[in-house]
Amino acid sequence: MSLVRLSATELLAQLTAGQITSVHLTEAYLGQIKRHDPQVKAFLRVDTQRALDRAAEIDKRRREGRPLGRLAGLPVAIKDLLCTQGEPTTCASRILENFKPPYDATVIARLKAADAVLIGKTNMDEFAMGGSTENSAFQKTANPWDLERIPGGSSGGSAACVAAGMAPMSVGSDTGGSIRQPAGLCGVTGLKPTYGRVSRYGLVAFASSLDQIGPLARTAEDTALLLEVLAGHDPLDSTSVDLPVPKYSATVKQPLKNLRLGLVREHFGEGLDGEVEAAVRQAVAVYESLGATIKDISLPHGKYGVATYYIIAPCEASSNLARYDGVHYGHRTDEKKMAAAIAAQRSTLEAAGKHVEAEALDNPLVRMYRQSRAEGFGPEVKRRIMLGTYALSAGYYDAYYLKALKVRRLIRRDYDQAFGQVDLIAGPVTATTAFKLGEKVDDPLAMYLVDLYTVSANLAGIGGIAFPCGFSEGGLPIGLQLQAPPFEEERLLRAACMFQRATDWHQRWPSMVPA
Amino acid sequence: MTKPYTIIIGLEVHVQLLTRTKLFCRCSTKFGAPPNTQTCQVCIGMPGTLPVMNREAFKLALKTAVALNCEIADFTKWDRKQYYYPDLPKGYQISQYDLPFSHDGWLEIGDPKDRFERKKIGIIRAHLEEDAGKSMHDEVAGQADSRIDLNRAGTPLLEIVSQPDMRSALEAKAYLSELKLLLTYLGVSDCNMQEGSLRVDANINLHVDTPEGKVATPIVEVKNMNSFRAVERAMEYEAGRHYQVWQQTHQRLGDVPKQTRGWDDVANVTRGQRHKEESSDYRYFPDPDLVPVCVSEAQISEARKSLGELPAALRTRLENTHGIKPYDSDVLVSAGRGLVDYFVELAELSGDGKLASNWVQQDVMRTLNEQKIEIDQFRLQPTQLCELLKAIQDGQIDTGRAREVFIEMVASGKSAGEVMEAQGIEKVDESELVELCQELIAANPKIVADIRSGKQQAAGNLIGQAKKKNPNVNPGRLREIVLDLVGKM
Amino acid sequence: MSLTREEVEKVSLLGRLQLTSAELDLMTAQMGQIVAYVESLAELNTADVEPMAHALDVSNVFASDELRPSLERAAALANAPHHDREFYLVPAVLGE
Repeated sequence: MSLVRLSATELLAQLTAGQITSVHLTEAYLGQIKRHDPQVKAFLRVDTQRALDRAAEIDKRRREGRPLGRLAGLPVAIKDLLCTQGEPTTCASRILENFKPPYDATVIARLKAADAVLIGKTNMDEFAMGGSTENSAFQKTANPWDLERIPGGSSGGSAACVAAGMAPMSVGSDTGGSIRQPAGLCGVTGLKPTYGRVSRYGLVAFASSLDQIGPLARTAEDTALLLEVLAGHDPLDSTSVDLPVPKYSATVKQPLKNLRLGLVREHFGEGLDGEVEAAVRQAVAVYESLGATIKDISLPHGKYGVATYYIIAPCEASSNLARYDGVHYGHRTDEKKMAAAIAAQRSTLEAAGKHVEAEALDNPLVRMYRQSRAEGFGPEVKRRIMLGTYALSAGYYDAYYLKALKVRRLIRRDYDQAFGQVDLIAGPVTATTAFKLGEKVDDPLAMYLVDLYTVSANLAGIGGIAFPCGFSEGGLPIGLQLQAPPFEEERLLRAACMFQRATDWHQRWPSMVPA
Repeated sequence: MTKPYTIIIGLEVHVQLLTRTKLFCRCSTKFGAPPNTQTCQVCIGMPGTLPVMNREAFKLALKTAVALNCEIADFTKWDRKQYYYPDLPKGYQISQYDLPFSHDGWLEIGDPKDRFERKKIGIIRAHLEEDAGKSMHDEVAGQADSRIDLNRAGTPLLEIVSQPDMRSALEAKAYLSELKLLLTYLGVSDCNMQEGSLRVDANINLHVDTPEGKVATPIVEVKNMNSFRAVERAMEYEAGRHYQVWQQTHQRLGDVPKQTRGWDDVANVTRGQRHKEESSDYRYFPDPDLVPVCVSEAQISEARKSLGELPAALRTRLENTHGIKPYDSDVLVSAGRGLVDYFVELAELSGDGKLASNWVQQDVMRTLNEQKIEIDQFRLQPTQLCELLKAIQDGQIDTGRAREVFIEMVASGKSAGEVMEAQGIEKVDESELVELCQELIAANPKIVADIRSGKQQAAGNLIGQAKKKNPNVNPGRLREIVLDLVGKM
Repeated sequence: MSLTREEVEKVSLLGRLQLTSAELDLMTAQMGQIVAYVESLAELNTADVEPMAHALDVSNVFASDELRPSLERAAALANAPHHDREFYLVPAVLGE
């Protein structure tokens, strides 16, 4: 079997046993990238030489019997919103096209310390705003299962590269579903940890109270391995929680006994695609056959999740993105052209006798800000900045932002009540399988509604996992989502692993991956 | 007060807290470093960075709020105040909006010269926030690029907002002096206005007497006041200007939007500052990157215990224990804790608070000024100075000669006894003094006649002659003897 | 509450975005649609509900006041679009 079809856990075993080298393995993935990424476009940058050098260095250390990190020699792909010192970190945005952070994100430092081989930076929706990766300023990523379809988003590149055998594992971020949704649509396993489980330091912020970094991989076992490296307290992130990190990889294969699985009544209503519903119900039946009891539960405020999310997230985003003003880093408009434009505008107005209008023109600094930001941000980012700015502006705060924070509390309470009755909540990740590229670009609201099943976990701060549970007739993956009480990642991983040991959906590959 | 209006002043004071590092990152807060050498990814606001609260800054802020008699909130949070300016790298300032950590305190002010009655100035709130960087503009505005230095960005500031309780420029100045003194005693800030570690904005309006009662005029905010003296002058100027405007326009509070004016220290006037309508929409919301702070009763009482003796209590103690006047206690306390300690030791050793106070205020403080040193660098210990004071008390030496001895002690480091011996100063026997006086009375009948006719000051001439004959004579005692002898004639 | 083009234009200044006339039209329409959707929250009675700004129940996170090295100036300025090796440079600000 082709190396790229092996799980990270298997690869690690072979590396440790000396059956393969990291250079050999890295070359295999680089080869797959070289052959197929021109079509998939999962990567914004592939660090070929650096990855090979790093792999060689790790191989050398292994030969010399020196101590090695937890992921020694395994390639990992990184969503391009995690800061890598001295290397471009663009967030798929023009505004950060030339930005090279002077520091490593905490998770990057952890991956480096674990001797992972960082193979490249993956494509995403600009600033993680979107669910299709079509909002990247640089390229559109395709779904490896059908190149005419979207891979999901915003971590579309991270999901697609794992699905396409271009990396055994990748790191993404999830603000409203951005790990789980592309994982579901690309047929890989992706976990959104509890808020605070993984440090956000060095994650370019979209919505700070919702953002969480997490792993994507082929299997629950691999996901456990990667999460173990990513998770942990970080004194540089005030919102990172000082709790010990369980040995996820040591327990992941233990099945959960007497599992109580909740099915959310409201998830199976209007809008849910028949094939998706069938696959999800089939998956639930698998759990039942493994001894789980199924309970019908309700999350009555879930239907307000998207509305709540699309107030809170844009509000925080409008503030987080204020720093991109062309002063200290990032894109700045051409000042000479700008000055000429202002002068021309002014003289036209003056000539027309419109002195008041001429006087009211933005001063050069304000113009510089507005122009730089207009050139640097794409339409979706602008839309969210506008929405958030509006919702926080004088007179609207209570009606929008404060209201949303209150509904957020109600959503959290729903979960707390539900988890009094069940251990995990199961349901679909998305209402449909991957849609076609361009299908929803002109309808922002329709695009937002794609997040229906995933946003509530972010609002509540709880963890969730998505993994394949079937395929549509058209051959597109269908995902199952499990959600757990706070800091029960171990439960999510064990439940996913249980399922994967009983099924083989996660072992299917798109045709571009050699057998 | 004859003016047909009352002046209403409230002050907003920003003080930099004396921490080693910034409020949300661990860059140095030291003043005067070359531009942009005390910054990191956090205070530059680079993508992905997160703030972590400086424990010491919170501690200092808490201490100050307790000293200002504020109520301490048991739950406080951080908010983002959003506006665009090149020296504000994140596009927002981390501050506190609706739940500041302290509120509703007071600070008592008085005037040693009794030009106004002692009063409590209310404190609306004190809250923590981060400072912005510095923008430097070209002399000819608009000609060259503005330059931005972010060294100061992120320095911890405590914003102390007073009630509009001050009724004159003098009271405003007194409030600032008392606040500065308190902060200095607490050791929470160096309050150096030149270095920007204390900044003042004022809100001022008038309550004008009219036939229908008092009418409030629109509030104006005054900025750019770089010294307490400037605040005083700006407030005096503004009060006058407000009254003129009132007479011309009869505009009342609420008729026009709040205006901001800048003080021009050279021209001695305030000037209106242009403000865009949207600039005040700060879109405050809770900072999701920071978690709330909960303050326990234990922490508050710990802060209270750490205060030490504060200026107001110290003044009272000096007055009660050492018998000095409020004016003197004010001078001593204002000169700092070190000088007060020096005074107290000297007063205790000499047993004469007034004498000690005079010597500390005049001779010691003058020497410190001349030598540009602090009291802890001063050469004479209280015990050494006390030896000189004892000689005065014993009548061994008069104040004038003691001054000369003092100067020599400071210069040489010798003891009072050594200097006095070297200068041949010794106590003159009473019998010797009487003898000298009799001699002089006999030799100066005209002066004696003057004294007898009631011109007591004429005795001074005799004392002068006596000092020429024997520099060691005590002029005070000599005067007494002369007057006594002449009286008996 | 429907959003007017003028309001959207004002917000674009507040958010420091330059929008073309066509963009303003589209933005007004799209924002109107989204705002109408999120206004569904108004139907919930939340009078007695505590707002939830954080997903975490954590408080009092502090760092000690210990100096850490700052960035070299060259590294701090390296990403700046316009600097003179000492300062960040921006178009002059008049009257603010």
